[in-house]
Amino acid sequence: MSTIDLSVRPDSRRLADSAADAATAYIHIPFCARVCPYCDFAVVAGRDDLMDRYARGLVADIGMTEPWRPLDALYVGGGTPSRFGAERLAAAVGAVRGGFGLAAGAEVTLEANPEDWTPRLATGLLEAGFNRVSFGAQSFSAAVLLSLGRRHLAPDVVSAVRTARREGFPSISVDLIFGTPGETIDSWRATLEAAIDLDVDHVSCYALTVEKGTPLSRAVAQGAAAPDPDLQADQYELASESLAAAGYVRYEVSNWARPGHPCLYNLVVWAQGEYEAFGNGAHGFRRAARFRNIRRVDAYLEEVESGKRPRAGEERISGWEAELDRMFVGLRRVAGVADGPGVEAFCRSEEGRRLIELGIVEHAEGRLRVVAPLLTDAAERVVLSLAPEDRTAGV
Amino acid sequence: MTPQARIRNFSIIAHIDHGKSTLADRLLERTGALTEREMREQILDSMDLERERGITIKAQTVRLDYSAADGQDYVLNLIDTPGHVDFSYEVSRSLAACEGALLLVDAAQGVQAQTLANAYLAIEGGLEIIPALNKIDLPAADPDRVAEEVAGVIGGEPEEVLLLSAKTGEGVDELLERIVADVPPPAGDPDAPLRALVFDSYYDSYRGVVCYVRVVDGILSAGERVKFMATSEERGADEIGFLTPKAVPAASLGPGEVGYLITGEKEIDKIKVGDTVTTARDGATEPLPGYSEPKPMVFSGIFPAEGDDFENLREALDKLSLNDASLVWEPETSKALGFGFRCGFLGLLHMEIVRERLEREYGLDLVATAPSVAYRVTTTDGEEMEVRSPQDLPDPAAIAEISEPYVRAMILAPAEYVGTIMELVQARRGEMGAMNYVGTERVELDYQIPLAEVVFDFFDQLKSRTRGYASLDYEPSGYRPADLVKVDVLLNGQPVDAFSSIVHREKAYEYGKRMVERLRELIPRQLFDVPIQAAIGGRIIARETVKARRKDVLAKCYGGDVSRKKKLLARQKEGKRRMKMVGSVEVPQEAFVEALRVDD
Repeated sequence: MSTIDLSVRPDSRRLADSAADAATAYIHIPFCARVCPYCDFAVVAGRDDLMDRYARGLVADIGMTEPWRPLDALYVGGGTPSRFGAERLAAAVGAVRGGFGLAAGAEVTLEANPEDWTPRLATGLLEAGFNRVSFGAQSFSAAVLLSLGRRHLAPDVVSAVRTARREGFPSISVDLIFGTPGETIDSWRATLEAAIDLDVDHVSCYALTVEKGTPLSRAVAQGAAAPDPDLQADQYELASESLAAAGYVRYEVSNWARPGHPCLYNLVVWAQGEYEAFGNGAHGFRRAARFRNIRRVDAYLEEVESGKRPRAGEERISGWEAELDRMFVGLRRVAGVADGPGVEAFCRSEEGRRLIELGIVEHAEGRLRVVAPLLTDAAERVVLSLAPEDRTAGV
Repeated sequence: MTPQARIRNFSIIAHIDHGKSTLADRLLERTGALTEREMREQILDSMDLERERGITIKAQTVRLDYSAADGQDYVLNLIDTPGHVDFSYEVSRSLAACEGALLLVDAAQGVQAQTLANAYLAIEGGLEIIPALNKIDLPAADPDRVAEEVAGVIGGEPEEVLLLSAKTGEGVDELLERIVADVPPPAGDPDAPLRALVFDSYYDSYRGVVCYVRVVDGILSAGERVKFMATSEERGADEIGFLTPKAVPAASLGPGEVGYLITGEKEIDKIKVGDTVTTARDGATEPLPGYSEPKPMVFSGIFPAEGDDFENLREALDKLSLNDASLVWEPETSKALGFGFRCGFLGLLHMEIVRERLEREYGLDLVATAPSVAYRVTTTDGEEMEVRSPQDLPDPAAIAEISEPYVRAMILAPAEYVGTIMELVQARRGEMGAMNYVGTERVELDYQIPLAEVVFDFFDQLKSRTRGYASLDYEPSGYRPADLVKVDVLLNGQPVDAFSSIVHREKAYEYGKRMVERLRELIPRQLFDVPIQAAIGGRIIARETVKARRKDVLAKCYGGDVSRKKKLLARQKEGKRRMKMVGSVEVPQEAFVEALRVDD
């Protein structure tokens, strides 16, 4: 049985801190029908021929990992994992189960595109052990979906969520993107209402971000409209109000859940718990080291096929750095971070004090919390520059 | 020593780009002063910046040996003059070392204001003027019209104007003959006590200060003790000699001779341009006339962009000062810009040159405040003071009277632009004096105008309104009382000293409005609303607000990729480090540069 009690409020401090003790893993599935113009993840389009080989590669990758205890959560993301097919996904989950085991009641999440979703797929996934699905809905506006380069429309999302519910998925999430140029506040309101109407258990709302090297960034460089940060702020605030009114509790900058439904895998990352990572370009954190896998699919495959761990890099984190990392990942949470040497340094630093004075950050009841989530990175940048001597430096 | 009758001392008066350097090269070539191997293009403009801008900052001098058509050998001393309005005192000293001047005018462009000003200086100094047109080989040359103009300026007949092409060498032989024939040999009494004019100096890192001198009376001998009359410095004449342009030591220099003097002096400001050298024993009692201290006219605060560079900036200014006695500076502290120096310059070009040399030759990244002038303030207590920086202006209640420097500005332009020039000058509080035709198509306008209005992008405006045809020269013409106020700019309620300016009351609103509007564009959004205000004393005259930033967060933590997010934020952090904190407001370095930029 998983040691983590998810039935409390999603923003509970106890939950936030206890997630550090959970064991989780991430599996990356890079395959997409086509690459969305804003995406800069490790994905490939038009290489579905590699899927079988990739499935075997994953099994080999998982098999090379040192044994660990049974996992409390497994997250399969992408890419578009729903394109990978229930059988291959089952093989990957099977490898995890065989290698580490899955704790009773462990959270097993799959990211899925609405257009891939069928009753058959749903049944296959349930049989493979999945109990949580996160749909890349992004929007209910056809215009927004079109400019995001998505291949589905609102009815696909509605149908996918209903099918998942009917087939018995215990936890359903949708991802939404706001602030696409041209999207009005009213259009965003309609998207939020549609998601709420579907009665999903979890909602993630991400501001569209122009990432370097993407087609979107090239378009913007050539004069296409860029997301307007002020409108995005308005849209974020609207999301906060609407979702709260519908009973969702925000527990991280971009994530809202009903009680019992936060994403444990993410909670572990933000609590600086340990997570294994499999697949190309996947990132993990184990035994005080952050590591990343080879990003290119073919190179990744060659590595695992020759019996080698597919690492592209590893960085050991300890001491002061680990303390700052704990704050860096933890401050995104509503629960914030518990007191420690880093928090002490933050509160003594000039910039940190200033953020507290401005009411952006709060230090109370033994925790440091960002209370203006839209300004989280202002606090994160302060964390980056904290030095151990700040702990004792005079005011 | 050369007999006086065989000496001709002359300089060349020309506008930028009218071909003075090329002509000088030709003269060197014709007289064999340099072998072909030594011949380098434009040898006289040796400083890089000078060559690039086609102007001469430091005067150069060269002795030419010439065998004239009359069968006699002559010594021609070419004394170069600095070619810009800022250096008119230096020009006057160079001219004072000559008996003649070649007025060189571009046959296409015609006479320019600055040439005119220098030509008048030469005429007033009693120099024989040899008028000449250069670039007659150019298709655009209009020698008849320009000769008419030149004759109009100096008096005389257009036919007397020499036609030259320094590029092809046409007319150069005739010019040499004209110099011998027209320029009078130097007068001067070899038996009188020594009087030699210092007309320029430069610093040599091995030899110390090298002075260029022209002996007027008496004999300057190597090894003798000499005295600089203005400073009463006594020194040994360690070495004297001629410039061919290589330094050739000589035992003595007699009346009319031009050469160099090295005394081992290391500090350039101990040796003043315009000073008189005499012998330490039995020296002259009366110095040569015309000496004055160069006075800075334009002031600007110069700050290192990076605070760590303060000492490097001080060192660089020290080194520049070795060679530039007219550059004055003192430490200045700005709340916004940190530690820097308040520098005084002879004029705008001088300021630009110094700034450019600091950046280029010393690799410094600088922020300079808007140029200002020296105001004279009488306080209500009757105290009189000079204010060179807006920060030093006393409280308005304590000011009984404030006056500002005026200049006499001479503008020379084609007649069709007179209207637009008058408009510009009136907008700058200028008062017209005389208006005269030069030749048939161009007009010389004479104005009294506050120097503060000239330093503020006047020249650029003049050029753009006249498509580059107008030229400008100015000279100080005293102080006048004016209704001046200090406009402060406040960021988040705190005055930013670097943005303060002393302006005429009628222009205060316009200045304040422009500054706050510019700053609103230049200051990035912060975590709180930042009011930007312009104020006179406690009264706000303009206001803008930089609205608080509302969103400063990345959407995702990139699926566990913590390092990547850290890198991204670390980069943003680096960007912030380059900002200056003004109170609690982060102001990018460029904002200071941009806001203080005057050219738009």
